[in-house]
Amino acid sequence: MLDNKGHPNRLGVWGWLGGGTWGLERYLYTLHRLTGLGLLLYFLLHIVVTSARAFGPEAWAASMGRVSGGVFVLGEFLVFAAFAFHASNGVRLILVELGFAIGNPIEPIYPYRTSVHEQRPLALGILVLAGLVLAAGGYNFLAHLSH
Amino acid sequence: MRDQRLWTWHVLAGLVILVFLGLHMTIMHLDIIFGFFNPGDAKPIDWVSVVGRARMGFFTVSYVVLLGAALFHGLYGLRNILFELGPARGVKSALNVVLTVGGVGLFVFGAWAAWTAGVLARSL
Ligand code: HEM
Repeated sequence: MLDNKGHPNRLGVWGWLGGGTWGLERYLYTLHRLTGLGLLLYFLLHIVVTSARAFGPEAWAASMGRVSGGVFVLGEFLVFAAFAFHASNGVRLILVELGFAIGNPIEPIYPYRTSVHEQRPLALGILVLAGLVLAAGGYNFLAHLSH
Repeated sequence: MRDQRLWTWHVLAGLVILVFLGLHMTIMHLDIIFGFFNPGDAKPIDWVSVVGRARMGFFTVSYVVLLGAALFHGLYGLRNILFELGPARGVKSALNVVLTVGGVGLFVFGAWAAWTAGVLARSL
């Protein structure tokens, strides 16, 4: 994390929530952040809830009973959706940060092209991937509900 | 320098999570499609399935690896987000302490649970 070197972060939280007129990737950034925080919140509770298995079958059943049905099924699906997106977009970020899929440096000749043009197919690709994972998960959730 | 190193670990942890959380999600939430590691008709969270996995050393190890990687990745990510809002130096130090102590505490607790569940499962 870089220090802001004395320049205040004037936009605060709004700066990372709003994408303004920036492109698709900027909205993916906001979504990556929200899904990351959502997964973290779930994960911290998940560590505590699933630790019940160390105390035997009754403790496990009681613990699972406390978090089953209704709103928890929806919550679980949202966690799965957050995973599908965060994992796919995370792979995109790692590729881009390592310098893959951003194109080669070119002369700045009008009309200018930015590396965003080169990156866009990757962004669309990971959205398709996340959609496929989500569809598989959605099918699985619905199949359980109808049992 | 220190932050660059921690960020590198953050990204590497992301890759480790990708592998082990991918497996975990496949087992728990794509069970009807793939049916991995769930005996018979049991649901992935039924006690028989939990015990079946807990008996395998592979799962004890992979849970502890996933626990450590996800705690570091998630809490370091949270630290980045909070530091970006430009808190005072004292607040930053306090956050470092809280996140480190909280993370290590949860790691020890979660690793203990994974280990104890393995011992319990093998004794049944
Ligand atoms: C499924 C595998 C995962 C991959 C591949 C992955 C990858 C990434 C990457 C590449 C970043 C951005 C790093 C950067 O560019 O600075 C990131 C940020 C983050 N991740 Fe993950 N991640 C994964 C799972 C998780 C999980 C399970 C959690 C929660 C425990 C999580 C929480 C976060 C948080 C809070 C951030 C910070 C977001 C931000 O700074 O805007 N991630 N992840």
